Amino acid sequence: MRTLLTGNYAVAEAVKLSRAKVIAAYPITPQTTIVEKLAEMVEKGELDAEFIRVESEHSALAAVYGAAAAGLRTFTATSSHGLLYLYEMVWWVANARLPLVMAVVTRTIGPPWNIHTDHTDLLTMRDSGWIISMAENVQEAFDLTIQGFRISEEAELPFVVGMDAFQLSHTAEVIDLPSQEDVDKWLPERKQSYKIEPNNPVTVGSIGPNEYTAKLRYDMAKTIESSKELIRKADESFGKTFGRSYGGLVESYELDDAEYVVVMAGAWCGDAKDAIDRLRAEGLPVGMLRLRYFRPFPREELEELEGRKVLVVDRAFSMGHMGILGMEVSSVINNVTNVIAGIGGVDVGVEDFEAMFRRFAKGELQRVEWWPKEVFS
Amino acid sequence: MKISELPRESILLPGNPSCQGCPHGLGLRALGMALENIVLVIPAGCTTIISGIHPKASFNVPVLHVPFASAAAVASGLAAAYRQEGIDANVVVWMGDGGADIGFATLSGAAVRNEDIIVVVSDNEAYMNTGIQSSGTTFWKAKTTTSPGGKSEEKKDLATIMLMHRVPYVATASVGYLPDFIEKLRRASEIKGFRFIHLHSPCPPGWRFDSSRTVEIARLAVKSGAWVLWEYDGRFSISTPSKPYKNEERGAPLEEYIKAQGRFKGIKPEDIEEIRRKIEKQWRLLLSFEETFR
Repeated sequence: MRTLLTGNYAVAEAVKLSRAKVIAAYPITPQTTIVEKLAEMVEKGELDAEFIRVESEHSALAAVYGAAAAGLRTFTATSSHGLLYLYEMVWWVANARLPLVMAVVTRTIGPPWNIHTDHTDLLTMRDSGWIISMAENVQEAFDLTIQGFRISEEAELPFVVGMDAFQLSHTAEVIDLPSQEDVDKWLPERKQSYKIEPNNPVTVGSIGPNEYTAKLRYDMAKTIESSKELIRKADESFGKTFGRSYGGLVESYELDDAEYVVVMAGAWCGDAKDAIDRLRAEGLPVGMLRLRYFRPFPREELEELEGRKVLVVDRAFSMGHMGILGMEVSSVINNVTNVIAGIGGVDVGVEDFEAMFRRFAKGELQRVEWWPKEVFS
Repeated sequence: MKISELPRESILLPGNPSCQGCPHGLGLRALGMALENIVLVIPAGCTTIISGIHPKASFNVPVLHVPFASAAAVASGLAAAYRQEGIDANVVVWMGDGGADIGFATLSGAAVRNEDIIVVVSDNEAYMNTGIQSSGTTFWKAKTTTSPGGKSEEKKDLATIMLMHRVPYVATASVGYLPDFIEKLRRASEIKGFRFIHLHSPCPPGWRFDSSRTVEIARLAVKSGAWVLWEYDGRFSISTPSKPYKNEERGAPLEEYIKAQGRFKGIKPEDIEEIRRKIEKQWRLLLSFEETFR
């Protein structure tokens, strides 16, 4: 069914179609309308789930951690300061190896108060053991949410669906909404290694010898590495059932013969693709490798770019060093150029990308450059 | 039901790593005698240690360890899941006064939602597991490692604060009167919604008394009127062990309770008088509750 939905409502529909059983959330702009919609669905009886109106984001992730421990499919969503406030639980859920899905509508961290997008909040989760995806458009945010439950439950690691504040969360697009029957067929019953249930005396999370902690982290590292295959398979199988596949961990756009390769992630990739089209029309061989996942990191796909000129456009910066993606990509490929743009939601449009890529091709960009210049002068 | 007819098998297995004379061990044994289908949620604290070191475990009921501030919220999620699945469970949060400090918003949130959980705060009146630091419920003038001269702030009255959340069940209890604690747990288990029990748990190393005297000190607290046992289940009442001490003729002099504890060493007589005045005020407050919530 073709339907007009905002990114937030699309995610709510995906959670409903995935038959989540427990949902908890605390409002924060621009995430709020996801859980408002879910609360409405539960209250109207359209979704057979418990909605827990918690008093904070820390409690939101804690409550769904409890529900997941009891064996149920659960969901929460947050942004920015909400994510920072629940950050402790981010690690706890991952280390407990409990599958669940959380949407992070990416938003700048204050002060100053600012509700617009950049990717700094999402990337604070980088090292925790979550599988971290990033949508380009509303359809992909919807698709990633359904895929997230499957991938998370197969890997027994939590899954994050990232999407840009307002550019996706509050922008309506016409998307294809599959039927409940098709989603039921594609998304298997939840499975997990352990359940906390009465009269089953297991203790989870107690003090462990150091070697157990080290082994747990090692096992998680192995699993998240092997989740690359799960992600590729899920993308492929999703494509067969629903007619949409994206290419697994990355999407290639005009990449095959590209001499200049742009690496980036998120909603603005759409604008960058338009700029690539314009430059291609002039004969400039530019292409894009879009990161659909930050974790696991698409190392192999990036290794194939070695020898080409690579520009990483970052929406997050690691103070004292460089852009977070720039740093990540630099750990795989040599001589990466890194543009920091769109921080705090600063508008970056097709013309910006066109100018940026043109200057990149001419070799005019610094190794790390903040964009656009007039903001930083 | 008579206490003697309750199961004797403890949920806390022998050989657990609690301190000598640990009050939580007493409370946890009583918990297992009182309730069935227990699922324990334990935030950081002494009971984290008592629970044992992986791959061994000291509890023969399911236990989910959780971060400090999250306990009542995790329990809310478990309770929601069991409700969805039609599973009978007594979801019990077992926390210390530290968990109730750092997790107070969480505790309050769960109470406001009237979550179907039982919260027991086993209160040893300081952060004992990290080495005796002052907490919200530490007694005024008690010496801790962060209040070496005696605590200067007022003691937080957690149970009456929880009562004001208009939840269906709130009680205080003491490890010195376990039959009373067991009866309260059983009464709580008959009620749906948020149930809260504030269990007074004197700590031998933290309060500096000999580990053989835990029960004796706990009883001195009740007999001197410094800890009052009460119950609210729609009606507020002073509990049987505390009833004889309603009037100012307490069963034990306050000095005896104070002087039995190293944490009050060197306390001035005028401070003891001030404590006596605070205790009188507390009794007046509780007796007014008895009038109000009949």
